[in-house]
Amino acid sequence: MNHTETHPSFLAHHFSESEQQRESAKLGMWIFLITEVLLFSGLFTFYAIYRSWYPDMFINAHQHLNVALGTLNTIVLITSSLTIALAIRSMQLNNRRQTIILLITTLALAAIFLVVKYFEYSHKFHLGQLPGKFYTFTGIKGTNPHVFFSVYFMLTGLHGIHVIAGMIAIGWVLRRTINNHFSAEYYTPIENAGLYWHLVDLVWIYLFPLLYLIG
Amino acid sequence: MSIKAHHHITPLKTYLSVGVALMVLTIITVVVSFVHFGAFNLIIAMVIASIKAVLVALFFMHLLYDNKLFMAIFSISLIFVSVFIILTMFDTMQRDSIDEVKAKPIKKNAIIYDK
Repeated sequence: MNHTETHPSFLAHHFSESEQQRESAKLGMWIFLITEVLLFSGLFTFYAIYRSWYPDMFINAHQHLNVALGTLNTIVLITSSLTIALAIRSMQLNNRRQTIILLITTLALAAIFLVVKYFEYSHKFHLGQLPGKFYTFTGIKGTNPHVFFSVYFMLTGLHGIHVIAGMIAIGWVLRRTINNHFSAEYYTPIENAGLYWHLVDLVWIYLFPLLYLIG
Repeated sequence: MSIKAHHHITPLKTYLSVGVALMVLTIITVVVSFVHFGAFNLIIAMVIASIKAVLVALFFMHLLYDNKLFMAIFSISLIFVSVFIILTMFDTMQRDSIDEVKAKPIKKNAIIYDK
């Protein structure tokens, strides 16, 4: 039996063909993604409970978030989702150079997102709009405004950690693309990094209206 | 054994159209949030967010073209999330309609730092 002829270098020996390997890898990624969805759902429930108890306080407190910066970050994140989807398409067409450029663009957009988030956070730190006992701001009417900032920092903080994790994943596939590991026949790791990045985008699509655009 | 890949390659036009649609929906959701519809603001915002999420999942995440098992897995997770939130909200919102006294300590204990 000659394995070298039927098995391309990227195909692990326990898979019979590359399509089976690709499907298995993506199945594993999707199962991981649903655990991420459930992780965030705990915090969304936290949000729902407190918003239902203190609807007026949520409206008063959310006015201290910067809608312009939130909108900017939404557009940045959606664009980065588009660029990584296009990066995968370029690899399907065997255009390695374009994939590299699009992955670098995605990383740059992710960095812009974090920089904007840094400015928002430092402004809130400066004003004392912080969670729980660290809350020292006095300008918000309503019961327990510090709860809004607990929700805000927990949700955006966990999301921010995911942005960083996504950047690491994209950086890894970028390196492998530069090292010529991928081709139109094999690019599953870029697809999986892309799936993770789109999930980060999906979470933000819900976070943005729930935190910045309350009625 | 053939190692032919039958991967779907989405046309560039589709990706760009979805991108533009997401931008337009983002702008609509921001503009609508400044108009007062009362409780409907939340519903409108969630409907727009869900349309955006479906676009991202179907086209960017390739759920439309990939093995339908992935779509089933993802949908099941969303069903469980709605069960989680809806059942929790039933308890949170309706507790005092059964026993007014029992609702009070829950709300009080839920606040860790009373300001």
